[in-house]
Amino acid sequence: MIHDTHAAILVLAMATTTWLLRFLPFLVFRKRVPRYVLYLGMVLPAAIIGMLVVYCLKDVSLATVPHGLPELIAAAATVALQCWRRNSLVSILGGTAAYMVLVHILG
Amino acid sequence: MKDAFSLTIKPAFLKSLPVMAGYIILGTGFGILLRGAGYGAPWAFVMSLLIYAGSMQFVGVGLIAGGATVLTTVLTTVMVNARHLFYSISMISRYRDAGKYKTYLIFALTDETYSLLCDGSVPEGADPHLYRFLVSLFNHCYWVTGSVLGSLLGSALPFPTTGIEFSMTALFIASFTEQWLQGGSRVPALVGLGCSLACLLLFGAGRFLIPAMLSITAVLTLLQSRLSPGEEAAP
Repeated sequence: MIHDTHAAILVLAMATTTWLLRFLPFLVFRKRVPRYVLYLGMVLPAAIIGMLVVYCLKDVSLATVPHGLPELIAAAATVALQCWRRNSLVSILGGTAAYMVLVHILG
Repeated sequence: MKDAFSLTIKPAFLKSLPVMAGYIILGTGFGILLRGAGYGAPWAFVMSLLIYAGSMQFVGVGLIAGGATVLTTVLTTVMVNARHLFYSISMISRYRDAGKYKTYLIFALTDETYSLLCDGSVPEGADPHLYRFLVSLFNHCYWVTGSVLGSLLGSALPFPTTGIEFSMTALFIASFTEQWLQGGSRVPALVGLGCSLACLLLFGAGRFLIPAMLSITAVLTLLQSRLSPGEEAAP
C-alpha cells in the first residue's frame, strides 16, 4: 500500500514535469519568439532523434555474448525497410519482429 | 458546419493511421513491461492518459519498480523529455491561436504527433485547429488502448514477448532514417548522433544525457549562421 502511494506520487511527478516542459515555451514566449529560439526549434528535433537512438542502445554490451548482434541486425533491418517502403509502421513492425526472433535465437 | 466536420474528421483519421499500429505495438510493450513490474491495467491506463510520453513511460517503469525518489524522477523526466520544449517552440506560431483546442494540443504534442503535424499541411476545406486536435486525440486514444491491451493480454499472447521493447528503438531509428531521406540539411542529425556517442563514451550510459544535450545545443549554436534559413530550406 505504501508502495502504491509512492508509485502514484512518481506517476504524478512524471506527468506534471512533462506538462510543464510542453507548456513552458508557450508561457515564456507569449508575444515574440527570439530568432535564436526559432532556430533551435528548427534544428533540434533532428538532433534529439539522433540522441534518442543512442539513448535506446546505450546498454548494449559489445564485449559480452551476443556482442550487440541482435541490435545491430534489427537496426539495419529497420533502416533498410524505411529506405525501401518509406512507411515507419512497416519499419517498426519489421525491426521489432527481427529483434524478437534474434534475441530468441541468439539470446 | 456539419460539412466542415466531415471534411476534417476523415482526413484526420487517415493521417493518424501510421501512428495507430505503432502506438498499439509500443503501448502493448509498455503495458507488458509495467505488468511485469507488478502494476496492472489501471496503472497502465492512468499513466498513458496523464503522462502520454512513450519513452518516458518506458523509463518510468524502471523508476517505479526501483522505488526511485521524487527528485530523481523529476530530473529524469526533464532529461528524457526536454526535447518537448523544442517541439513546443517550433509549434508556437501554429498553436498560438488555436482557441479552445490550444491546451489539449500542447498537452498532446508527442514525438509522433509532432512528426505528423510539424510540416503544417492541412487538407483543403478542413478547419486547421479541429484537424490538428483530432489527429492528436486519435493518437492519444491509440496509446491508451495499446497500453491497457498490453497489460490485459500480455501474458496470454501466443508467443514470447521478450524483445518487444525494441519497438521504441525501431521507432526512433525509423524517424532518424526518414529525416535523413527527406533532404534538407543532415548536419543537425549528425550533430545529435555524434555528440551523444562522444558523451556516451566519455561519461558512461548512466550519465551521458545531460552532457549530450548541452553539447548538442552548444554545437548547433556555433553553427547557427551556417544552418539558419535563407539559402538552406528548413528540414
